[in-house]
Amino acid sequence: MIDLLHLYRAEFKTTIAGQLQYRGYLVIWLIGLILEPVIYLSVWSTVAISQGGAVDGFTAADFAAYYLVALVVSQATFTWIMWEMEYWIRQGTLSPLLVRPVHPIHRHIANNLTFKLLTMAVVVPVVAVLSIVFQPNFTISAWSAAAFVPALAMAMALRFAVEWTLASTAFWVTRVSAINQLYFVVFLFLSGYGVPLALLPGPVRVLAEWLPFYRMLGFPVELLLGRLSMNQVVYGFAAQLGWLAIAVTLLNVMWARGVRQYSAVGA
Amino acid sequence: MNVARTESPPMRNGQQGAFGSPVIRVDGLRKTYNVPERESGLRASVGSLFRRQTKEVVAVAGISFDVAPGEVVGFLGPNGAGKTTTLKMLSGLLYPSEGEATVLSHVPWQRERAYLRQMTLVMGQRNQLVWDIPVADSFELNRAIYRIPEAEFRQTRDELSELLDLGPLLTKPVRNLSLGERMKCELAGALLHRPRVLFLDEPTLGLDVTAQRRIRGFVAEYAARYEATVLLTSPYMADVEALAERVIVIHHGSLLFDGGLGALVERFSPHKTVIVDLEHAGDGFERYGEVVAIDGLRATFRVPKADAAAVTARLLAELPVVDLSVTDPPIDEVIDTVFTSGTEPVVEAVPELASEVVPVSEPVPA
Repeated sequence: MIDLLHLYRAEFKTTIAGQLQYRGYLVIWLIGLILEPVIYLSVWSTVAISQGGAVDGFTAADFAAYYLVALVVSQATFTWIMWEMEYWIRQGTLSPLLVRPVHPIHRHIANNLTFKLLTMAVVVPVVAVLSIVFQPNFTISAWSAAAFVPALAMAMALRFAVEWTLASTAFWVTRVSAINQLYFVVFLFLSGYGVPLALLPGPVRVLAEWLPFYRMLGFPVELLLGRLSMNQVVYGFAAQLGWLAIAVTLLNVMWARGVRQYSAVGA
Repeated sequence: MNVARTESPPMRNGQQGAFGSPVIRVDGLRKTYNVPERESGLRASVGSLFRRQTKEVVAVAGISFDVAPGEVVGFLGPNGAGKTTTLKMLSGLLYPSEGEATVLSHVPWQRERAYLRQMTLVMGQRNQLVWDIPVADSFELNRAIYRIPEAEFRQTRDELSELLDLGPLLTKPVRNLSLGERMKCELAGALLHRPRVLFLDEPTLGLDVTAQRRIRGFVAEYAARYEATVLLTSPYMADVEALAERVIVIHHGSLLFDGGLGALVERFSPHKTVIVDLEHAGDGFERYGEVVAIDGLRATFRVPKADAAAVTARLLAELPVVDLSVTDPPIDEVIDTVFTSGTEPVVEAVPELASEVVPVSEPVPA
């Protein structure tokens, strides 16, 4: 365990040193990341105002609060493993990682967390500025703030495990970009990122609540903003745990088979 | 099959040699790939959507050998012979199709951490080092990955830096290094955990002669200092000559030769190629040996190795020689010829590859 912490610390240091060399790239990446929820927010605010102040109980200020928190959650949970894994496999850079006495997943987790820490330094002030512009209605209680922390951590773990599992399809499929594309469309609509779940048509909403995507984004957002009943919160945590167990199991199976496949066809 | 086991693996002083249990044990190792195959043209493309035709390609056709502790073994063969595939299987990257192998009593492709911590695979230029950060930071990362104790890490790093002359390179980002510099750093990075077994796949490829020599000297030094077992492939015969007492030759996935280096050279190149540049044209060259080519003022002879000294002396004495070179034929070519023809190797002159270019004014080495 101490060895693992040591490894993560070393990975942190190298990632920070590496990332800081590409400040320009980092800034462009961040602009894109911030712009997306701001666009949804602007659209929904306009709709709310044109409909006399609210859409299904969401006022412009509610939308602002929802999307600003969603921005933070999305920033915290997103991964780029689906591109990276394809690169690792296609270019053969996975090979040196496989002959090391640590699982390659540690490198990716460490890189991911480091990148998040680095970019949070930008995201937080951006959210502050956007708060002044959009005047969100933040009604955050102490208990929802406390519950938000584990919900966010679980969302990060869940999204990481799901996307790592999907990324493993690159072992069998030559071009995974089609799968990525499909995943992102589904994620956009069923996670609560494009549309808050409350605004989805009934059957779609039920589907979204059953599937894991909402647990990776919308759930912590609504939890923090106090939009969920105690029942929904308890159920939400249970769903996160259940999906995480499934995703981690799948991840292990897919990875083991994938590496076996990789090793069979010529690493 | 044309397998020659001319002598048992050489022993090194103070080590167990052939009597100790082998570090590397390979028994009937075989690897076949299924390669998708389709004809060209639109019809074949569409057809392949539904029916994938694959062809079985044999990369390693069942080879067996043992390597004793502390041995440095050169692994030779032309491109596509199966050298890299074998190294990949032994380092745990590839599952074999058939056969067994153990390295340090581990089955490599189970990739147990206890095994991975004791071996290293150097393959290509971009393995150990992180592209964007200084070399020293990459080394720190390897320290964490291999859980190297601080004191041991410092000692090894300093020793490797000294052996490879890395001093000024350690603070530079990897992407600012030249090919030779990067290879040196790669090697150092791959050895920080003091592996007991080294698999080196063409470690000198693409390097200039000076850098090649440097890497060679270093590998020899490392192997001796840490009593490491080394399996090394190289397209350059000079690497193998400098490092290995024993060579294993494979071709088309099969073992062609396993034995001492001397026996290999004897067996596969009983001839030398002698090239002379003359001041003016002459004739009657046949009396010096088999004439392979006459190209303007340059004559190329194939001479039995034992006669090479005498023949060169006569050439120098009797002809108006401007320049003279004595070369060994490229080993890959010789092996290839041996394998395909099954007869005595046919030596072809390749002047660019002259290993010894001797100026006329100096005595010609035997």
